[in-house]
Amino acid sequence: MTGIGGLGPPDQGELIGLGEPGRSPRSQQPSALRSTLVALVSTVVFFGLLAWIVVNAPNWPAVQESFFNGRVFALTAEPIARAFWVNVQLFLIAEVLILSFALVIAVLRSLPGPVFVPVRLLATVYVDVFRALPGVLVIYVLGFGIPGLAIAGVPVDPFFYAVLALTLIYSAYVSEVYRAGIESVHPSQEAAARSLGLSRFQALRHVILPQAIRRVIPPLLNDFIGLQKDTVLVSYIGVVEIFRQSQIKQSAYFNFTPYLATALVFLVFTIPLARFTDWLISRDRSRQTRGGFR
Amino acid sequence: MSAATAGIDRSLPGAHRGSGGGPAIVIEGLYKSFGKLEVLRGIDLVLHQHEVVCLIGASGSGKSTLLRCVNLLEPIDAGRILVEGEEITAPKIDVNRIRRRIGIVFQAFNLFPHMSVLDNVTLGPRKALRRPRAQAEADATALLERFGLADKRRDYPDRLSGGQQQRVAIVRALAMSPDLLLLDEVTSALDPELIAEVLEVIRELAGAGMTMLIATHEMGFARDIANRVCFLDAGRILEEGTPAEIFGAPREERTRRFLQRIVEAGRL
Ligand SMILES: Nc1ncnc2c1ncn2[C@@H]1O[C@H](COP(=O)(O)OP(=O)(O)O)[C@@H](O)[C@H]1O
Ligand SMILES: [Mg+2]
Repeated sequence: MTGIGGLGPPDQGELIGLGEPGRSPRSQQPSALRSTLVALVSTVVFFGLLAWIVVNAPNWPAVQESFFNGRVFALTAEPIARAFWVNVQLFLIAEVLILSFALVIAVLRSLPGPVFVPVRLLATVYVDVFRALPGVLVIYVLGFGIPGLAIAGVPVDPFFYAVLALTLIYSAYVSEVYRAGIESVHPSQEAAARSLGLSRFQALRHVILPQAIRRVIPPLLNDFIGLQKDTVLVSYIGVVEIFRQSQIKQSAYFNFTPYLATALVFLVFTIPLARFTDWLISRDRSRQTRGGFR
Repeated sequence: MSAATAGIDRSLPGAHRGSGGGPAIVIEGLYKSFGKLEVLRGIDLVLHQHEVVCLIGASGSGKSTLLRCVNLLEPIDAGRILVEGEEITAPKIDVNRIRRRIGIVFQAFNLFPHMSVLDNVTLGPRKALRRPRAQAEADATALLERFGLADKRRDYPDRLSGGQQQRVAIVRALAMSPDLLLLDEVTSALDPELIAEVLEVIRELAGAGMTMLIATHEMGFARDIANRVCFLDAGRILEEGTPAEIFGAPREERTRRFLQRIVEAGRL
């Protein structure tokens, strides 16, 4: 018996004097089940209570009518979902451009030696400026300013400027993520590659970047989540994407339910990506503590 | 028991190509500082073809820096380095071309962790020598086989023991068919029971006639394998001679004190 001499953790059996020695994994199972049950019950009670308070508020019928209107939802869900396709396109095109442009910026910023001072300076100024400016401002200036110049041959499609603005804004952040990755690869890796006679570019391409990019995938995904949401900002320059569409429907029906539909769409698309990112990060962490790589 | 050169076997693949009778390396008046810290203060050293020279000296005496200078991983401040008559420290030299001829193996292995053993070994031949992948892989497999690593070629470095990793690093350098090999304390990061397998590989290379410049703390090994031993002290070669001379009858007081400390540490 563990209780003898006061050794071992006290457990229930010990208190009533008929304990089994030690604590087997099996004896923990009922308590795990119990805590799951407790969590479930308390969650249901909490949210049930909250819902009951809201639904019984004096003005609930009016709020329900203008925010949770089933009829308006049915009428606007389809055009809103269709408008979301524009956001998806914006996201996908911008993402590809961001991943490539940001990589170029990051590589330019990590070029060593005095010869590359102008290049490094230019890249640094770009990153500083676009991280400092509010995104909406960049979208406004590019989306209205450049077409406003009316230069022949310059595109007028707001979608073009939407992609351009998002690419410029997000590349500044993403290039910093890449750069942190590049700097996290120990200089001895470059020395080993160069000692084999690989050029600086070959060492970067085959040895440094593959390791750097692997390490920054989770933070990159975090930036993707931000981009996914920020695609609504381009509604300001007249791209009819999901947020613009819900504004249109809101004024058409004098009802806010379209915004609810929009919110639902983002929840459905963003939460899985966020969860996946968290999973990747925790997996990487447990790998690092095991001392593994890959 | 010195000089493994008697009756060397130069027929093994990967051994020295040889080119005339001139020295393999000539180092003249080499100076190197890091900021205010003068690390190398006038190094003069000649290595002949097929010669094995061991660099010994206290930690911080400049052994690694000297090897890195020979591989052009560090720019030098003054002096010249010639490899087979060509001045590799001349301005405007193609450093990549020079490095392909000079293999270096580091204390910490520095294998590429994101590549399999085979890819580690073939990267240089494929990218720097532009060999086709099939040929590079066939050559690499043969080399891995020769050093008992063939069954590891699909593994990633983190699956290997330290001794195996260091042998892979040696094979990676050999895959470039270098004219000479620089070894920087290649056993210092290894558990004692893994040291022998790595030293065995180096012995085999010496037997095959590979020209080597070896920084080492393994005095017994240096005594066995070296044609010459150089004692590096504060950035200068203070004393140089055959293993018998250096280990048996050192002329300099500082050499004697260094060896005394090594003996006390139980490493000789
Ligand atoms: N990249 C570097 N920057 C500054 N100091 C360095 C650098 N590399 C080596 N040193 C210094 O040079 C001296 C010699 O180092 P090293 O050549 O590594 O000696 P050893 O290999 O004989 O132990 C040491 O004092 C070390 O701190
Ligand atoms: Mg060293």
